[in-house]
Amino acid sequence: MALTSHRSEGFVLAVAVGIVGITFGVLADAAGLSLAKVVAMSALVFTGASQFAAVSVIDGGGSGAAAVGSAMLLAARNALYGPVVARGMPRSTAGRLLGAHFVIDETTAMSSVQDTSDDAGDAFWWTGLWLWSFWAVGSVGGSLIGSVLGEPETWGLDAAFPAAFVALIVPHLRSSPGRFAALGGAGLAIVAIPLTPAGVPLLVAATAVVPVSILATRATANGTKP
Amino acid sequence: MSWLMISVLIAGAYGFKVLGVFGLAGHRTGRVAGRMAELTALIPAALFAALIVVQTLGSDQSISIDARLGGLLVSVVAVSRRAPFVVVVVAAMAATATLRVVAG
Repeated sequence: MALTSHRSEGFVLAVAVGIVGITFGVLADAAGLSLAKVVAMSALVFTGASQFAAVSVIDGGGSGAAAVGSAMLLAARNALYGPVVARGMPRSTAGRLLGAHFVIDETTAMSSVQDTSDDAGDAFWWTGLWLWSFWAVGSVGGSLIGSVLGEPETWGLDAAFPAAFVALIVPHLRSSPGRFAALGGAGLAIVAIPLTPAGVPLLVAATAVVPVSILATRATANGTKP
Repeated sequence: MSWLMISVLIAGAYGFKVLGVFGLAGHRTGRVAGRMAELTALIPAALFAALIVVQTLGSDQSISIDARLGGLLVSVVAVSRRAPFVVVVVAAMAATATLRVVAG
């Protein structure tokens, strides 16, 4: 992939993510977070799904433990991206400590499709820096205009987050275990919504991966395609 | 949301990223590592699906069918037609806002 191509693709992706950032800012504002807290979350937590999960649990009246629990479950997958982006990472410890901050869905996706290690690193850093900038700016903008906008529902902003995840879940549905995990997670969430406090349906939904993983392993061991 | 909770989120989120870059990148073998990798690889599918459901149908502690479902259906159509990410998000927002106006 040409040098300029992946840089411009990273930029376009970052602009779209900036719109989702506005939504995060509006929702965080509605959940009672100050501008300083919004900036701290977007600049330093910097993993969108976890931020949305934490804020929506708080906004829904959930406990702090449930908010942090859901957010951490969603953040755990970033650990698995480390090996994927490793080829484009700097060799120095300081460089990798800095790079680690930018290991998220989008940078991993952009880095993993490059042909060479050099391009993988270049795509990783450019996508990461564009995303980080737009995510922060979008969040600040959303937090500031939140009170002017009034109810985010009027503008359909509450539809932006599920829509973004419809797009982001697609790569995870390419395998059968992925599709079963998604079905199981959705089903468990529907059952858990009326029965448990805000935030807990997500924790319940995560348990769907255990039987799916075991069945997938058995199917592989039996020689059938999972 | 307190500053203590935000600090925990910052430390936890960065901790997972560092674990991946420094830990998992060098140790990808072994039965335990393999099982953990399988479980964690499926977590995005399960949690993204659950997030979509909770954000679309959840209303406090009950299920609510409203304009959000229309937005979700539009986003599914947009994604199936390979629309760009921005279009998917904006189309879903527009559909939901329009449905609310129409429904009054």
